Amino acid sequence: MDLAALKYAKTHEWVAIEGDVATVGITDFAVQLLSDLVYIDLPKPGKALKVGESCGEVESVKAVSDVYAPLAGVVTETNPNLGDNTEPLSSDPFGNGWLIKMKVSDLSGLDQLLDRASYEKHCESEAH
Amino acid sequence: MSYLFATATEEQAMLSRIGVDSIDQLLQQIPKPLQLDRLLDLPPALSEMELEQHLRQLASHSSGATSRTCFQGGGAYDHYIPSVVDEITGRGEYYTAYTPYQAEASQGTLQAFFEYQTMICQLTGMQVSNASLYEGGGSVSEATLMAMRTTGRTGRVVIAGALHPEYTQVLRTYVGHTSTEVIHIPVGSDGTVDLTKLAGAIDENTAAVIVQNPNFLGNIEDLAAIADLTHAKESLMVVSTDPISLGLLARPGDLGADIVVAEGQSLGIPLQFGGPYLGILACRNDFIRRMPGRLIGETIDRTGGRCFVLSLQAREQHIRRDKATSNICTNQGLMALRATMFMAQMGPQGFKETAELCLQKAHYAATKIAALPGYTVLLSETPKFKEFVVKAPQRAQTLIEKVAKAGVDIGPALSQFAPIPGMPDTENLLLVAVTEQRTKAQIDHLVDLLK
Amino acid sequence: MRNTLSTQLIFDLSSPGRRAARLPQCDVPTRAVEELIPAKFLAQKPLPLPEVAEPDIVRHYVNLSTLNMSVDTHFYPLGSCTMKYNPKRHERLSKLSGIVDVHPYQQADRMQGLLAILYEMQNMLGEIAGLPAVSLQPAAGAQGELTALMVAAAYFRDKGENRRKVLFPASAHGTNPASAAIAGFDCVQLPATANGLMDVEELRKHADSSTACLMVTNPNTLGLFEKQIAEVAKIIHDVGGLVYIDGANMNAIMGITRPGDFGGDMMHYNVHKTFTGPHGAGGPGSGPIAVRDFLKPYLPAPIIEKTTAENGQTVYQLVTPEKTIGKVRTFFGNVGILIRGYCYLRTLGPEGVRKAAEHAILNANYLKAILKDILPAAHGEYCLHEFVASASKLSKEKHISAMDIAKRLLDFGFHAPTVYFPLVVPEALMMEPTETESKATLDAFAETIRKITEESAEFLHDAPHSLPVSRPNDVQAARQPVLSWSPKVGV
Repeated sequence: MDLAALKYAKTHEWVAIEGDVATVGITDFAVQLLSDLVYIDLPKPGKALKVGESCGEVESVKAVSDVYAPLAGVVTETNPNLGDNTEPLSSDPFGNGWLIKMKVSDLSGLDQLLDRASYEKHCESEAH
Repeated sequence: MSYLFATATEEQAMLSRIGVDSIDQLLQQIPKPLQLDRLLDLPPALSEMELEQHLRQLASHSSGATSRTCFQGGGAYDHYIPSVVDEITGRGEYYTAYTPYQAEASQGTLQAFFEYQTMICQLTGMQVSNASLYEGGGSVSEATLMAMRTTGRTGRVVIAGALHPEYTQVLRTYVGHTSTEVIHIPVGSDGTVDLTKLAGAIDENTAAVIVQNPNFLGNIEDLAAIADLTHAKESLMVVSTDPISLGLLARPGDLGADIVVAEGQSLGIPLQFGGPYLGILACRNDFIRRMPGRLIGETIDRTGGRCFVLSLQAREQHIRRDKATSNICTNQGLMALRATMFMAQMGPQGFKETAELCLQKAHYAATKIAALPGYTVLLSETPKFKEFVVKAPQRAQTLIEKVAKAGVDIGPALSQFAPIPGMPDTENLLLVAVTEQRTKAQIDHLVDLLK
Repeated sequence: MRNTLSTQLIFDLSSPGRRAARLPQCDVPTRAVEELIPAKFLAQKPLPLPEVAEPDIVRHYVNLSTLNMSVDTHFYPLGSCTMKYNPKRHERLSKLSGIVDVHPYQQADRMQGLLAILYEMQNMLGEIAGLPAVSLQPAAGAQGELTALMVAAAYFRDKGENRRKVLFPASAHGTNPASAAIAGFDCVQLPATANGLMDVEELRKHADSSTACLMVTNPNTLGLFEKQIAEVAKIIHDVGGLVYIDGANMNAIMGITRPGDFGGDMMHYNVHKTFTGPHGAGGPGSGPIAVRDFLKPYLPAPIIEKTTAENGQTVYQLVTPEKTIGKVRTFFGNVGILIRGYCYLRTLGPEGVRKAAEHAILNANYLKAILKDILPAAHGEYCLHEFVASASKLSKEKHISAMDIAKRLLDFGFHAPTVYFPLVVPEALMMEPTETESKATLDAFAETIRKITEESAEFLHDAPHSLPVSRPNDVQAARQPVLSWSPKVGV
């Protein structure tokens, strides 16, 4: 996965766009922050999402983190390899660890997201 | 002063180490105008001896089941409590400990609750149980909220027939402020839920169908049929059950229940005017991350040995806060421990025999009462377990008071509750429950008193 | 000394056909079960419960009990939980006939003695709160919060006001937002300030006509009194909102100051904490609420009222408040715990109640003072009944964490303080010694912590070293939950 080709949300989601279909995951930075992942909860396909709406939860032993929809649209598919098994997300957040695919209703939302360089800066500022 | 240690000398030493002259100085952080300038208006202190005399005197103006004959029902029952229950739970190592946050120093509690969770699964036929909720009625509400989270449906919940009126009232208090519609299906002519009306009420927005078995009137519901209707709309069946009945009746889990709740008072917990009791909640494995309440899990320690911990805490309020699966923190631990002792003591055979005694004695009593002139046992053909509705020739309340004068307690009268849909005029109706403790002589005595 | 019986499960002890309980012969004429209940409703198989003898049960659970730390056996300074001594007289007296064996539907005129006790308890709790109307119904503190919030919601509904917001500071117990969410409110968290107290300016920004309630714990979870509480209450009252006092820390202030006097409109008690419940390995608790007069009509039913009959006799009655929210639980309340609380208050009397709070404060400040060079508290010169020490300096300099200290304390026979709460203090160790501990115990505890901080970090990471189990693998427990025992397949 070419990380520079992805778009990022400040809340640590990444988006890969192909036509009007977006693949959404969370970044390695977020995964490290949560440390030992134990469970991933994803929405049902067909769920309509607004920008910033919670579209899943990633759980560690003593913390839970919401995943927020980076774009508006409808969930078409969720990663069948995730759930009780968190390993794909821990080991390959940008590849096998993707979370959902969605049909995007408004592509202009992409303009609100960060590119790789801005996202890295954002993470640096959060780490302090 | 009671339970304090510091002598005047010690107090002075402590204060000087803190660097103040007096305790008052430590209180200065509380603005003076907000401090109470008088002693509280409380009754004066009593010595242990005086306190005991005082309480014994008051208790003597109160009638408990041990000095009387109790045929009272309505969700709390005078079942026998084996000695081991009090002996074991009376150990300070259990009752003066708190929530097992430090697993290494709480393996006794943790393992006992893991065994509790297992026994509740064995009893109900479900796959997973939590470590207790407050009591039966609240558990119905918690199960309903859980069904809403699990199904993602908030439009409607359906109460099927004769749910305990107080459970219904609690549920309405819990969801009253939301947009969720609570539909209450009446009981039909046989005293169980009207299945046709029930089928019509369950829709695609229905999160849960709630049914009590045996129901509040003592009648046995057709859980398998209700499960079929419920599952046809992918809704969840919440069953509120009487644990003692499961010595004879098929387990709700074997009849299609998705969530089983119960009032666990019958499992070795004294009546004590309504609490503390025990809220039981068990469900199917796939719902565990939506469950309310604490869960004990098995894992291994650093050396690979088996041990037990508070598990899946990310569901709970101290982590998830406003998104928690429930606001419950303190639960009913010691009551769960009582139930554990009770279930271990009973075993499969003890449960079966207790349930059979209840069944036989209740039917003997019902038959005798039904034979009295002016009395009817309502819907006597409908299968029952240990409790039934009597229609008296006079106001039920008057009858209860009359019998009570002779040291025998029956009731409650149905008129003290909100009406159950489908039930006739209730002025003369009351519940009678017969546990394994009642003898033939006591039943015959009751029948004489009713004459 | 230790034997393996306690580490086996009760299910391992089971043997087909073994039993403990023996029941009496049935003394009424019997009929075949299938005649009374159709076969389709009956169980096909016996319950798969363990089959054990009574001595099995006793030895198993007595041995298990020895694996616990408890107030009866160990110093238990678990912050926020008030683990004080549980007087033995309470256990005896709460089991008197006429109290322990009263059916919840007993007629009021046959339990006047019990109702008298509970009525007196209502009064005492009202007096200690400075809030006159009391409901004994809630089963625990969290249910008290929920009940009071429902009372508030009903009050505003009645006034035709649509108020959606509940405010609370970042240091609040998790139950506050969780209860507010269930009661249907929107939760607004106020940020923490450097001095550990509420940020009054921040509160001013958020308080408006949509504010239903501010939930505040006072003294707060850092063990500090919210000095500006009167001003805080005024801000909320000025916008027409209500102030809720989380009474978890009442042990610090009972008899010294009263929620009703410092601006609170509603509060809950934790009888299992302040009035020495006991804690019962996790519960039961009891969480009565006290509210102002104008909220009384909304309290859950029933409450107890005292009247005088025509013949001059005192009569206690169960009464339904006119605009009641309904019920938050079945039956009256956790009476068994309320009786213990009653015994406690009657033993202490007005002087004793204040003295208990003063000594709780004395003990906490003493412990804070003797620990301040190794585990400084982050906030406040003096504390009330508890304080939050921080191991962040130790963590930076020696890589010793709060958890390491907590776990190692267990080896020395001390229960750990509350760790990593409140979230606003890094490497938090929240200590509440309570008034029922001696100076000698506190000295020994502090000395032990001193010794621990001189041990190597590596050694501490693996603590405890002497307990039956060492640190459990929480990650495995959460990833592959095993929540019940199952028989081995194929045996």
